[in-house]
Amino acid sequence: MQGLYPLFTAIPLAAAFLNLLVTKVSKRFADFFAFIVTLVLAVMAVRMLFEPAFVYKVGGWLPPWGILLVSDGLSSLMLVVINVISFLVIIFSTKYMTTYTAKPKYYALFLLMIAGMNGVVITGDMFNLYVFLEIASIASYALVGFGCEKEELEASFKYLILGGVASTAVLFGIAFLYSVTGTLNMPDMAMRLEEIGMTRLTAFVIALFLMGFGLKASSVPFHAWLPDAHPSAPAPISAMLSGVLIKALGVYAIMRIMFNVIGQYVLVAHIVMFLGALSMVVAGLLAIGQSDFKRMLAYSSISQIGYVMIGIGLALNPEMPAAVAALGLVGGLFHLVNHAVFKSLLFLCSGAVEYRTGTRDLGKLGGLIRKMPVTGVTCSIGSLSIAGIPPFNGFVSKLIIFIALFKGGYVIYGTIAVAVGFITLYYFVKLQREVLFGAIPEALAKVREAPFAMTLPLVILAILCVAMGAGYTLVDNHLLQAAKDALLDKMGYINLLMGG
Amino acid sequence: MILYFLSLVLFVMGLYCLIAKKNIVKKIIGIVITEYSINLFLVLVGYRRGGIAPIMLKGMTPQEMVNHSVDPLPQALVLTSIVIGLGVLALMVALCLRIYEKYKTFDMSEINKLKG
Repeated sequence: MQGLYPLFTAIPLAAAFLNLLVTKVSKRFADFFAFIVTLVLAVMAVRMLFEPAFVYKVGGWLPPWGILLVSDGLSSLMLVVINVISFLVIIFSTKYMTTYTAKPKYYALFLLMIAGMNGVVITGDMFNLYVFLEIASIASYALVGFGCEKEELEASFKYLILGGVASTAVLFGIAFLYSVTGTLNMPDMAMRLEEIGMTRLTAFVIALFLMGFGLKASSVPFHAWLPDAHPSAPAPISAMLSGVLIKALGVYAIMRIMFNVIGQYVLVAHIVMFLGALSMVVAGLLAIGQSDFKRMLAYSSISQIGYVMIGIGLALNPEMPAAVAALGLVGGLFHLVNHAVFKSLLFLCSGAVEYRTGTRDLGKLGGLIRKMPVTGVTCSIGSLSIAGIPPFNGFVSKLIIFIALFKGGYVIYGTIAVAVGFITLYYFVKLQREVLFGAIPEALAKVREAPFAMTLPLVILAILCVAMGAGYTLVDNHLLQAAKDALLDKMGYINLLMGG
Repeated sequence: MILYFLSLVLFVMGLYCLIAKKNIVKKIIGIVITEYSINLFLVLVGYRRGGIAPIMLKGMTPQEMVNHSVDPLPQALVLTSIVIGLGVLALMVALCLRIYEKYKTFDMSEINKLKG
């Protein structure tokens, strides 16, 4: 299994282009091909959970000269999230994307995006991270504009400009780090930065990275592109962007670099927590006023990412007692996984609703739970999970974050987090009331349930929502603890270089 | 030292162009300028005054070459980053053309169907 590690990027990368060739012969093959590829990746990602931490040396070059691929708890966790969600989204796409033309091109871009995200997650080389970041970003810019209508093009262009600035900031940071450490290998860089310590240059690099990756994660001062880009994309892509992309490119990169490479500093912890709190409040309040189904979900994504960032920020503080830091980190990571599950569920639901009714306007929808029972019930489960109602998974992760914040002495942040929990509940109740319940408008009298290929992923994701809430201890023991240990153990990460 | 600052100045100029200009073609030029400033900076990181090309010539010990040559790694990075920049540029121009087809204008203040 260890020898197969580079295949996580190689398979989707090759498949993306092979797909375009094969579909020249037979168009029907495209669905099947993408399905098989993502299924293989999902199975491999789940198998990866049972491997101990290891290092793969690309081409057999010894570190620190060659490129490393690192597998530890965090990488495995992210790989499972990325590949399982993308598999379910592909099932959904097979039916949904028939409303668009050029399906093979859609699959090609989709697989390219998966290749980029997997690459970001598995790599142990700074420049490699940048390259994969760009691959995933370019594919996502094109996918946002896939509809080629006025709104889509404008959103895509806006996303492209802001994403371009983010990438330049990241590359600038990497260039600075290379100039002081003389290496691009992440464990090696971590070791040398330890000797150098906190200088003004390190602080500048941190600022550049927070800006670059913060833009990709769309935390609040950098969020302007997300509420346009996510609703404009086709529904499966919105699910991928909100569910996975902003986490793999933004939050994961921040975590990996701040914890394992640069090291924990109090100032950085305070900045990350502040950004998290700001995202939660501002985006939460903005979400209330939205009248577009997907736009509301997009604002809620920013708000929920705030929860993840506040949990991570708490753990970044080196003065925190170890138990509290661990609790905050586990809460943040669990919320990250949960958000991937229920936000993709909700976006796919919005896709199913749009597929049958042709509108996303909350004012024109209503009473759909009677017409589309499966979509309605799963959408309801997703909304309740994200609002933090027990026994669903969102409740557990939010509770852990609250407890960690109060234990860490951040009473104000804790209160804000609880208050935003109520705001979330409010706008999701509003969403449910306007879409699922109430009177059915006359225009929607003949609406039918979405096709099986679309309801199947919804049901699986809804089951995951319930199962991860009920089986929290199982998830905690098998997934989150390993990821948490990998992050908090900087020496372990450096030692991978020597021992691997 | 002054060269490093000049590449930063170029970066800020590109950023200014990106923010202040209304025309989307000029915005694209701004992005390209910021990318090139980073490329220049990367090359400068590996530069050494009077350095030789990092190639082992006959009769040269490895130590001798290391002492005199420029750092080859940033050059490889710059090549990669130029290629990525080309990819982004192609996508930007394609989008720009599509936007012109739909809106019949390059002026960003008239392309405002979406509100942040």
